[in-house]
Amino acid sequence: MKQVFKRPESLRDVPFHFCPGCHHGTIHRLVAEAIDQFQLRERTIGVAGVGCSVFVYEYFDIDVVEAPHGRAPAVATGLKRVLPDRIIFTYQGDGDLASIGMSEIVHTANRGENITVIFVNNTVYGMTGGQMAPTTLLGQQTTTSPYGRDFHQDGYPIRMAEMLATLEGVAFSARVALNTPANLMKAKKAVKRAFEMQMNDMGFSVVELLSACPTNWGLTPHKSLERIEKELIPYFPLGIFKERKGTDNL
Amino acid sequence: MEKRLFIKGNEALARGAIKAGCRFYFGYPITPQNDIPEFLSKEFAKVEGCFIQAESEVASINMLLGAAAAGARAMTSSSSPGISLMQEGISYLAGSELPAVIVNISRSGPGLGGISASQGDYFQATRGGGHGDYRTIVLGPHSVQEMHDLSMLAFDLADTYRNPVVILGDAVLGQMQETMVDRPYPSPSLPAKDWVLNGASGRLPRLIKSLYLKEGEMERQNWKLFEKYNRMKKEESRYEMSQEQDAELLIVAFGSSARVAKSAIRIARSAGMKVGLFRPITLFPYPEEALGRISRRVKRFLTVEMNTGQMVEDVRLSVARDADVHFYGHPPGSPPVPEEIWEEIKKVY
Repeated sequence: MKQVFKRPESLRDVPFHFCPGCHHGTIHRLVAEAIDQFQLRERTIGVAGVGCSVFVYEYFDIDVVEAPHGRAPAVATGLKRVLPDRIIFTYQGDGDLASIGMSEIVHTANRGENITVIFVNNTVYGMTGGQMAPTTLLGQQTTTSPYGRDFHQDGYPIRMAEMLATLEGVAFSARVALNTPANLMKAKKAVKRAFEMQMNDMGFSVVELLSACPTNWGLTPHKSLERIEKELIPYFPLGIFKERKGTDNL
Repeated sequence: MEKRLFIKGNEALARGAIKAGCRFYFGYPITPQNDIPEFLSKEFAKVEGCFIQAESEVASINMLLGAAAAGARAMTSSSSPGISLMQEGISYLAGSELPAVIVNISRSGPGLGGISASQGDYFQATRGGGHGDYRTIVLGPHSVQEMHDLSMLAFDLADTYRNPVVILGDAVLGQMQETMVDRPYPSPSLPAKDWVLNGASGRLPRLIKSLYLKEGEMERQNWKLFEKYNRMKKEESRYEMSQEQDAELLIVAFGSSARVAKSAIRIARSAGMKVGLFRPITLFPYPEEALGRISRRVKRFLTVEMNTGQMVEDVRLSVARDADVHFYGHPPGSPPVPEEIWEEIKKVY
């Protein structure tokens, strides 16, 4: 009998601790599948952000270093400069990447550091209990925007994938979602493409994944998928915002 | 014949780093340490080194963390306000047990302060400005020669203990030129780096982290670090002591202050006063045992610092209970002159 589905080699044989309906487990799998497909497990080093993302070291069967909150791209820069032939990826949430780590992500992208960034956007600070994030939608209630995010008070949600795509150093910038099988397949392709960019020395690659946080959204896993479709995707459009071709490698 | 160079302190330090095999530098411009990145940006090109002008000191220290995790000899340099920004990263380096060299060519503060020499960062350097129960080794050079030699030593100590090492210089030491012997790197044998992240090929995956959530883990980690810091105290305390045999009064000073103190001691000696010097070279571990030992005989101490009183606390903690510890502070703006210390010597002798 042919085996058609199994745990990727790059993931450890341990159960995920994530909340029901959370997409971190799915994203871990997509990243692990890409690492497996390109046979990168033995030369990949992960950089864990702070928040729910920090636990990548519990699940990936690869070398991992933990970065201070927001600083994963700087840590990845140091690693990559010492080990240019290794594959380096960061795994960061929206608070980590788009708030406290905004400076590091922008400058790392702008330097065209040849690393891959896995950016999990679930519009809240998950681990700390659902506070407002830089990507929290207008009107969205969180524990620190109890009346809904108001732009007069809090400004607007930031569209990172589009913003990073404007930088010359960026080779690949895409936004994907995990709410339907079709979107999941596109997400899988984008994650692979991002790693491929790094393998081909094309420069900085980032994939923003719209992800559910049912616990802090106060929704069931199913309703969370609907929210991604009805509320997140209209504000955070899916697509590839930049894809450097082989010939225009800087 | 040994080669002698007439160079600036900052350049001497950078040359020492290159000799010690440092090939990765991450930093952000700030006066009065700019000669270090400027020199290394030029020289690293000749030795296949990697120089990155980071977007901030916050990024610098975290690039350093990444390079250290990959097993490289790496450094950053800055001056006081920049070092403040690095404190989070230094705490992570200590917590993750990563070797790294951090140079503070300090200036005056608090706040934006000024660019003149100061020893106002003694507390920050020796007590740790970052969070958590950690220590960094702190070296306090007092000459261009030591800027060079202690720079080489810093990398060895960092690797020996898997710990960040701070070199605490100041604007005077960084900017002045003097003659130094161009000593070779001694290449000591050091522990193998069997913890480095370079891809789990033919071995189990490795993890470098400072998060400990499981029951009892954090406590165990803190005790483990404590043991390491105790080992440093036992093995690494360094100091210079001179003219102490017949001394009635010992001046305790480090860095630039110690240079001025040496001139003041010459004045005192020519006036027939028995004054000696105790100069800590490691500020952590503080040479408390040596200072305690000499205080069984010498009962009068004068601590001289370019601040309003920081290291004097360590002097008081180190000396015998019946010893008198006096303090003379010269806050930053201009360095003290020997005559003012001589005036102080006369008061307390």
